[in-house]
Amino acid sequence: MIELILQNPLIAALVALVGLALVFGAVLGFAAIKFRIEGDPIVQQIDKLLPQTQCGQCGYPGCRPYAQAIANGDAINKCPPGGQSTINALATLLGVEAPSLDAEHGEENDVKTVAYIREDECIGCTKCIQACPVDAILGAAKMMHTVIASECTGCDLCVEPCPVDCIDMIPVPQGLSDWTWDMPPPAEEQIKAQRHPAGIIATDRGDNAA
Amino acid sequence: MRKVWDLIGGVHPPENKHQSVQLPIGVLPLPEKLVIPLNQHIGAPAKLLVATGDRVLKGQELAEPTGLVSVGVHAPTSGTISDISEYPIPHPSGMAARSITLIPDGQEQWVDHVGIDTTYSFQDYSPAKLLEMIRHAGIAGLGGAGFPSAVKLSPRKAITTLIINASECEPYITADDMLMRERAEAIVEGVQILSYILGGPEEVLIGIEDNKPEARAALEPFVRDTHIQLVSFPTRYPSGGEKQLIQILTGREVPSGGLPADIGIVCQNVGTAFAVQKAIYFGEPLISRITTVTGRACATNRNYEVLIGTPIAHLLAHNGFDEHDCSRLIMGGPMMGFTLTDPDIPVIKTTNCILAASREESPTPPPSQPCIRCGMCAEACPASLLPQQLFWYAQSHNHERLEAHNLFDCIECGACSYVCPSNIPLVQYYRASKGEIRKQAQEKIKSDRARARFEFQKARKEQEEMAKAAKREARKQAAEQAKAMTAERGNKPQGSEDIVKAAMARAAESQTSPAEQQARLERGIARAESHLHTVEKRLETIREEGSEQQQEQARAAVEDARRRLEDARRKRAQLDEATGSPDTDKVMARLQAGPRETLEKKIASCKERIAVTRQKIADSDDETLKAALTSGLEKQQAKLADAQQALAELPDNTPDTPVTRETTDAAANAIAQAQARAAATRDLPAEEKLRQTVVALEGRIEKARAKLDEARAGESEYVNALQAGLEKLQDKLLDAQQQLNAIATQPSAVDDDSGDAASSAIARAQARVAELASMSEEDKLRETVTSLKSRLEKARIKLREAEAERSEHVDSLRTAAEKLQVRLTEAEQQLAEYHP
Repeated sequence: MIELILQNPLIAALVALVGLALVFGAVLGFAAIKFRIEGDPIVQQIDKLLPQTQCGQCGYPGCRPYAQAIANGDAINKCPPGGQSTINALATLLGVEAPSLDAEHGEENDVKTVAYIREDECIGCTKCIQACPVDAILGAAKMMHTVIASECTGCDLCVEPCPVDCIDMIPVPQGLSDWTWDMPPPAEEQIKAQRHPAGIIATDRGDNAA
Repeated sequence: MRKVWDLIGGVHPPENKHQSVQLPIGVLPLPEKLVIPLNQHIGAPAKLLVATGDRVLKGQELAEPTGLVSVGVHAPTSGTISDISEYPIPHPSGMAARSITLIPDGQEQWVDHVGIDTTYSFQDYSPAKLLEMIRHAGIAGLGGAGFPSAVKLSPRKAITTLIINASECEPYITADDMLMRERAEAIVEGVQILSYILGGPEEVLIGIEDNKPEARAALEPFVRDTHIQLVSFPTRYPSGGEKQLIQILTGREVPSGGLPADIGIVCQNVGTAFAVQKAIYFGEPLISRITTVTGRACATNRNYEVLIGTPIAHLLAHNGFDEHDCSRLIMGGPMMGFTLTDPDIPVIKTTNCILAASREESPTPPPSQPCIRCGMCAEACPASLLPQQLFWYAQSHNHERLEAHNLFDCIECGACSYVCPSNIPLVQYYRASKGEIRKQAQEKIKSDRARARFEFQKARKEQEEMAKAAKREARKQAAEQAKAMTAERGNKPQGSEDIVKAAMARAAESQTSPAEQQARLERGIARAESHLHTVEKRLETIREEGSEQQQEQARAAVEDARRRLEDARRKRAQLDEATGSPDTDKVMARLQAGPRETLEKKIASCKERIAVTRQKIADSDDETLKAALTSGLEKQQAKLADAQQALAELPDNTPDTPVTRETTDAAANAIAQAQARAAATRDLPAEEKLRQTVVALEGRIEKARAKLDEARAGESEYVNALQAGLEKLQDKLLDAQQQLNAIATQPSAVDDDSGDAASSAIARAQARVAELASMSEEDKLRETVTSLKSRLEKARIKLREAEAERSEHVDSLRTAAEKLQVRLTEAEQQLAEYHP
């Protein structure tokens, strides 16, 4: 047998190649099972990018159904609470051109709002509690209701069912903790306004009076 | 000479420090008011301890720390709290925050305060105790960020190097320089305390830029005999940055996103060391700090020891501030400070400089131009970042790439902006982008929460729905089962049910209608009344002329009659009650009544009966009657007790369902019993049935006889009726006995199904026919003779009775008797002829 192989270079090469193929095939097969990575399904990735207001402005009953719809080929510009930044993120994820927000589904509102119940006027009908997608309204039948502001997503869904119109959407006041610097205006506007927006005194350069 | 490393990048702007070091540290007169924000540090705001109108002493704690990362605030002078409200604070946003307004009284009256005992050294105290003192002295890092010092001084890792930051690299600011020049001894003492608290690090370094030789000279005598090293290094902005200073002094780099403590280093500002010394040695909290007031818009540039809370306007007013010359009022230095919108803003713990820049110093900068990719910013960056790339991504809001390029390692020193030939406000882009990213991270957390809550709600609703469906299913199944059971019950004993139905029909037939019953009772009452009347009359007549005994008898008769009348009336009343609603309705009502109602009714009726029986006992004289009544009474009482117990045991919340299980059970029981009985009777052989009938008839005859005797004894008018009934019963008995005999001889002759009278009569007739057919002629005749004889006997008795009563039927009876006599004679003749 060995002699045969040694004497026939063709057979020797074949044996060697088949042997290598078997070894690497086994290694790769093992690795495929052992180091298997559970891929993040695309629906979950899309859902993560959506703002989770569960407002239904996109026409679907919540963010996840819309994520499912996008995965199935629906347009990505139906989410007013997420706004352009969400559309951009979705476009990046899906590798498509970012469209602008579909005005049919509402306009992007820069100011975050929360629901506020005028408690004196509340009749305790529990309609808003049933409408709230995130259980952010507290109350019982014939008892005054109130909104847990920190849990409210500002989705508006409680406003319409209220029979006495005692729910307002009020803007979230900006506090010191969530204050951020603004982006400098674009250069053209700076030229028009003839002012420098930044906070440093750059003109100290070359002033060597010291 | 210790080796120092070079700062990476950096710039060297004009220092402009000489203006403010010409005069020693000054002290300003007390301002009209002090405004002390509750949150002058990084971390949780302090918790208020005072109220409006309180008088406070200098150094008194106004608010205490609320968490681990928090420090308190103290009254900078004695005075009265005039207001606690939102007040603009030194912050780039220009926002307001909760602040205490203190009106000084000018007395500078200190609260009781003591530091460590001067006879001991601070080393006799535990580091924990000293840390507590520092925490309660309200000391936050005085370098600029304001991180609570006590937290920074209790790192989780072993510290090998303590670095005191005396670099003060930013132009214009000289607060630390002047502090070192004038309070060098106290600073060194403070550094020693810090070193002791940190467990004696191997190295304690004071890093000073080489542009402050006076400060170095002032410190040198005090550090000579200590382990503290003074290290000078070339002046270059931003060497005072914490990470940059560590890099210069030790050559080591703090990892991205890490803390100096991660590599065993703690940095403290020189001003903090001074504040710690005051807190430990004298117990004085942090109520003042050295602040530089400079800029060409101020006539005097110098450093002041300023009380925390002093309005900046007060500082400026004492330094010849020229508002018209001032282009911008800046808190902090020109590189990292921010513009103040309101000169009434107070000085806080981190305010190291007030720069009133003139138009010459800070002219309106030219507009920014496009980035030319010159790369100067990258050379200047002390954090080795790529500012032009960051700028690029910041403009397109590409947060992912920004983070990939380590945006968060940017210390916002402004070196890149300073060198940018296109005047691009780079730092502002970075700050804004950082804010956006932080905001998104917060929103992400919030949206994750919202998603979790939404999904939880969905799951909860589904669960509720499922529970409801399961309940519905269970109810449906139960209903089907019940239906199946009733169907089964209905199908199985068809025959016996028919018997029961027949029995019920018979009962309904035999039962007279309520109207008839009422009429009968009416008649009974009328009769009883008339009887009573006659008896009373007789009693009167006897009373006039009769004997004692007769009178007694008559009285008893009257009593009797009265009782009977009462009985009749009561019966009528009961009937009236019952006829108020038809029988079926009554039954339905009883079924519909809840167990509670039934029991209550039962109890009421029991009580009523007991009362009646008691009355009777009281009324009656007869001993035997009394005994009987008493035993009855006892039974009633037992029943009442039972009923009451049942009522008590009945659960309160038992819903008054129309038909309770007990009643249905009772009904089912009754039906079952009836069916059993019916089945039993059906299964019995005819002979047995007859025998039973005979026994029953005998029993009835016995009873009837007893009643008759009673009636006779009581001279009742029912005697005749009773007698007639008795005779009928005897006839029936005779019949039954005859049948029985017939069956005994010919059991098959009688059909099993002799349920109704007609069929039984037919059967009887047939049996007799068969009997007669089987008899001989002679026997037949003899039979006829005997029957005729007995009939004649009966007729004669009846005739005699009729004669005695002088009835109108006498004649007819007599003719009937004569006819019978004739037939009897004929039959006897036939019999005689048959018998030759």
